[in-house]
Amino acid sequence: MNDLQSWGRLFPVHSGSVWRPDERSSSLPHPESGGLLAYGQGRSYGDVCLNTGGTLLHTTGLNRLIAFNRSTGILRCEAGITLREILALTVPQGWFLAVTPGTRDVTVGGAIANDVHGKNHHSAGSFGHHVVQMELLRSTNERLLLSPQQQPELFAATVGGLGLTGLIVWAELQLAPIRHAFMTVETTRFANLDEFWLLNAQAERLWPYTVAWIDCLAKNAHQGRGILMAGRHAAAQDELPAWKEQVKTMPVTPPISLVNSLSLRALNTLYWHRAREGVSLSHYVPYFYPLDGISHWNRIYGRAGFYQYQCVLPPEAMQTGIAELLNRIAHSGEGSFLAVLKTFGQRPSAGLLSFPRPGATLALDFPNRGARSLKLFRELDAVVQHAQGAIYPAKDARMSATMFQQSFPQWERFSQWVDPAFSSDFWKRVMQPAK
Amino acid sequence: MNTTQRVVLFGATSAIAQATARLLVQQGCSLFLVGRNAMKLQALVDDLRVRAAPGQRIESMNADLDLIDGHAHLFDAAEKNLDGIDTVFIAHGALPDQTACEASVPLTLALIHTNALSAIALAGEAANRLQAQGHGLIVAIGSVAGDRGRQSNYVYGASKGMLALFLQGLRNRLAPHGVQVLTIKPGFVDTPMTAAFEKKGPLWATPEHVAHGIVKAMRSRRDEVYLPWFWYWIMLVIRNIPERVFKHMKL
Repeated sequence: MNDLQSWGRLFPVHSGSVWRPDERSSSLPHPESGGLLAYGQGRSYGDVCLNTGGTLLHTTGLNRLIAFNRSTGILRCEAGITLREILALTVPQGWFLAVTPGTRDVTVGGAIANDVHGKNHHSAGSFGHHVVQMELLRSTNERLLLSPQQQPELFAATVGGLGLTGLIVWAELQLAPIRHAFMTVETTRFANLDEFWLLNAQAERLWPYTVAWIDCLAKNAHQGRGILMAGRHAAAQDELPAWKEQVKTMPVTPPISLVNSLSLRALNTLYWHRAREGVSLSHYVPYFYPLDGISHWNRIYGRAGFYQYQCVLPPEAMQTGIAELLNRIAHSGEGSFLAVLKTFGQRPSAGLLSFPRPGATLALDFPNRGARSLKLFRELDAVVQHAQGAIYPAKDARMSATMFQQSFPQWERFSQWVDPAFSSDFWKRVMQPAK
Repeated sequence: MNTTQRVVLFGATSAIAQATARLLVQQGCSLFLVGRNAMKLQALVDDLRVRAAPGQRIESMNADLDLIDGHAHLFDAAEKNLDGIDTVFIAHGALPDQTACEASVPLTLALIHTNALSAIALAGEAANRLQAQGHGLIVAIGSVAGDRGRQSNYVYGASKGMLALFLQGLRNRLAPHGVQVLTIKPGFVDTPMTAAFEKKGPLWATPEHVAHGIVKAMRSRRDEVYLPWFWYWIMLVIRNIPERVFKHMKL
């Protein structure tokens, strides 16, 4: 039950030592070799949460609440608590996470270290913008209080810092007020990318949350067709629908991926045609976390695991760039049911290595087909590099050191703040000399 | 007039007790928590206070339960803080290194003092107080290891077995007085106490899972439960192996 692995299941289970702090006053161990790295729920896809030959600091024991001010919405909690646990506590009391990613099963520490974003980036920025303060434990066992005012440089390095600046022990988050658990959602189909850009620009002005699902296999006239889902926390209602969460489990890992070009094409076409347009009331769980309803959904990609490719392209290049990416993916016949397109807002990210930046972000899963997959990614990389875009470290398992260093220009400034006893497989990979 | 269940937890910062405390708070209980590690205890109090409703009380006191002379004082403090006691939950314990115990008689006795004698002292004190008021519940955490002595873990097993036998007698004595005695026998639980083990396989349970079982058993007024349930059948088999055979087995 303690297989520490990343979500894409591309890498072996962690075989080195594991240290599990069970209270926030614990000191860090002295690693024998290989360095330290925090590991929470293992929901990052590639190798940012892995540390081969080193020690993983498994933070699930750091899951206590510390204080919650019900009038200001400021919550202080240990960093190993999951967003699911927080929402279960705060939603009935009228508070929601100011920013949430597409799953509740990540820890607060992981959300900060990857500076995760959500469907409301254009209106609320990313997770790091709502961190009031946090405690960082360095390998010297020095405890530092970080906030945008206090130690602002180390704060900026730790937000989006991939866990490399030390162990985040606790954090204080500013939550956002809501009336109840339901969302007003507007669903609109678009026939192609041109329609998407128009529709999306409009939706962004009217809705705090927007996201689009794209049929990544549609070609030619249908290329870029999809469904835009805009939402907001609903106003008080006379009557709320009944809603009960139902969870299914993917019980086993099939020997080969159940996602293939045949099943995918059928599923995508069905999904597009069956979408109901219009405005409706939806519970927040299916709106934000459709996949939380299937536990271990990552097993569907079979024993070989899967990659997620998520990139961002800047505004001036996004329209041609996204079209080019979709073109190449459609022709490869690879890709997934879950292709997501979203535009980011203008707000500068809080972290030196934060991924969100103005432009459009596209995310797709790909079953691991070895060299064939890697070849497609290199083609996609070329498009992203040409557009001066970037790849999301939390999802990445293979980008080159050159690509990382080009697309995260603050990496040198960041590296001064890395705790010398901390490391990760991702960091070792992207710190190789650029070619 | 008291309108919430008032629960005293001894060994409150143990993983199982902590998970149980969260469920009890969810059900509206007021808690008095006793633990040895002051910082950990305060962290738990903070956590539970965030979860509790305005009328619920979450209080605590720091104590080393090996010091049996201090027990009465802890009960007094709990009664004072909660305006009485409905349930006493005894969850403290230690898992010794069996080989170290074999090499050292004092270590063996110290372990039996912690797991058996101090727990029995608490149960005895609780019994007298609850019997006098004519209602209440005593819950204590034993172990499947207490069902049969095995070479790999018999010091721990003996201490838990002694506790279970004592509770059995207590249950018999208190039944006519409206006081319920519940013995919890968990199997392998993934906690800091078992950090040294390789935790793989279907026999390992989480503290949260066990806590749900405990709360359910408390509500349904059970006498003894194995958690998870399949340990009942495993131990039924293990208890029934003839000693002649058992003594040669490597368990």
